[in-house]
Amino acid sequence: MVSELINANPIIYEKKERRPRTAPSAPHDEYAVELIDQQEVFDHIRDIKDPEHPYSLEELKVITEEAVEVDDQRNYVRVMFTPTVEHCSMATVIGLCLRVKLMRSLPSRYKVDIRVAPGSHATEAAVNKQLNDKERVAAALENSNLLNMVDDCLAPSYD
Amino acid sequence: MMELKEIQRLEGHTDKVWSLAWNPTTGHAGIPLVFASCSGDKTVRIWEQNLSSGLWACTAVLDETHTRTVRSCAWSPSGKLLATASFDATTAIWENVGGDFECVSTLEGHENEVKCVSWNAAGTLLATCSRDKSVWIWEVLPGNEFECVSVLQGHSQDVKMVKWHPTEDILFSCSYDNSVKVWADEGDSDDWQCVQTLGEPNNGHTSTVWALSFNVSGDKMVTCSDDLTLKVWETESVGTQSGGGFAPWTHLCTLSGYHDRTIFSVHWSREGIFASGAADNAIRLFVDDNESQVGGPLYKLLLKKEKAHDMDINSVQWSPGEKPVLASASDDGTIKVWELTSY
Repeated sequence: MVSELINANPIIYEKKERRPRTAPSAPHDEYAVELIDQQEVFDHIRDIKDPEHPYSLEELKVITEEAVEVDDQRNYVRVMFTPTVEHCSMATVIGLCLRVKLMRSLPSRYKVDIRVAPGSHATEAAVNKQLNDKERVAAALENSNLLNMVDDCLAPSYD
Repeated sequence: MMELKEIQRLEGHTDKVWSLAWNPTTGHAGIPLVFASCSGDKTVRIWEQNLSSGLWACTAVLDETHTRTVRSCAWSPSGKLLATASFDATTAIWENVGGDFECVSTLEGHENEVKCVSWNAAGTLLATCSRDKSVWIWEVLPGNEFECVSVLQGHSQDVKMVKWHPTEDILFSCSYDNSVKVWADEGDSDDWQCVQTLGEPNNGHTSTVWALSFNVSGDKMVTCSDDLTLKVWETESVGTQSGGGFAPWTHLCTLSGYHDRTIFSVHWSREGIFASGAADNAIRLFVDDNESQVGGPLYKLLLKKEKAHDMDINSVQWSPGEKPVLASASDDGTIKVWELTSY
């Protein structure tokens, strides 16, 4: 089988500078609950590898820090990602990678919505519905081929 | 004032608890209440109430049969058989032999994940549904044999739940395609047809329909959805009308604004209270609103239980016993047993 790349020539962007986590201003209390913010969530997902290119989702601008919305009070995170081409058939795999990484990284109290950015995908509604149907996600993660693909993309993000 | 009081928090499953089912023959005449639960850990657990302490304990673990998530389970009306539907594309039938559960049959045929299984009122028919978009009807034959008598194609997507009407051989299915379909055997010869589709044009849901439940008399049905609403439907007569033919279901009312994430489960009690459980970790109870003005909402919120679980609630089910007892199953891996009490 000849496998053709869906986007053969993606544009590569510069990575954003890595900022150290800002130290708490108050005297250090090791039992204090640390707030989870936009930067932290972005740090969890920026190094996920694209399923078909040796670049990170950040380098391909599939995700940006601004596309992460966090409401720590409400235990809510939303990530909007932008596929490199609007008919990208890898969109559900990318979305699955984002969901799995956040599932493994964030406390279980978090509710996570993963969506493609409005107007960035030909079948936006269908992709969003599938990515947010937890039964479909659970079934997909029991599929070893799909899980291996996800794990390959996530490997660099655990460094 | 009413209160939903937590009686017990049951631990044992090691993954999401997807569904639970009460044995309908328990909770009466000195027989302790029993229910089954199933999970992403690929097992089914049987829980029994101790009559003296009133507390539940796990009495059996049904494992090493399903190879993937067990998505739902259902007891036969006699309470002797338990059917379990799995993402491994099979439905297993378990027989209770003196407290031990033996897998006596495995129903194969669906192309991929089986999402739900339901017994008809007489225990003579079984229905299953799958992500393969089909609904299968199986006839229960002597000797734990099951024969597929019909494969129903009609949904355009993943079928999430099947449920038989509580008194008639009419089957209801709800789907990722946002609709509820009603199936009946009009020719009396295993000629099952879709007789009605409740979709957006009939005031239906605008996203995945996850579950449905009937009231005790079977003339009303409540559905719940990813569109964050609950909808109540009614029919003029259950079963076949005097002139023959099927009495259609119509939309009665929509309850919105009560849950702010997907509503996965709804169950109507014999006393007329329906409970809903959702991805917002909350349980809501609704009752008939006797003081409702003409054109006003016909059901009102009786009680809300925020933070009922630490994570999504996947299933809420009223017990068949005398007291109003509700069990809930969650992604947090626990099951909680609640009693509705007044204070």
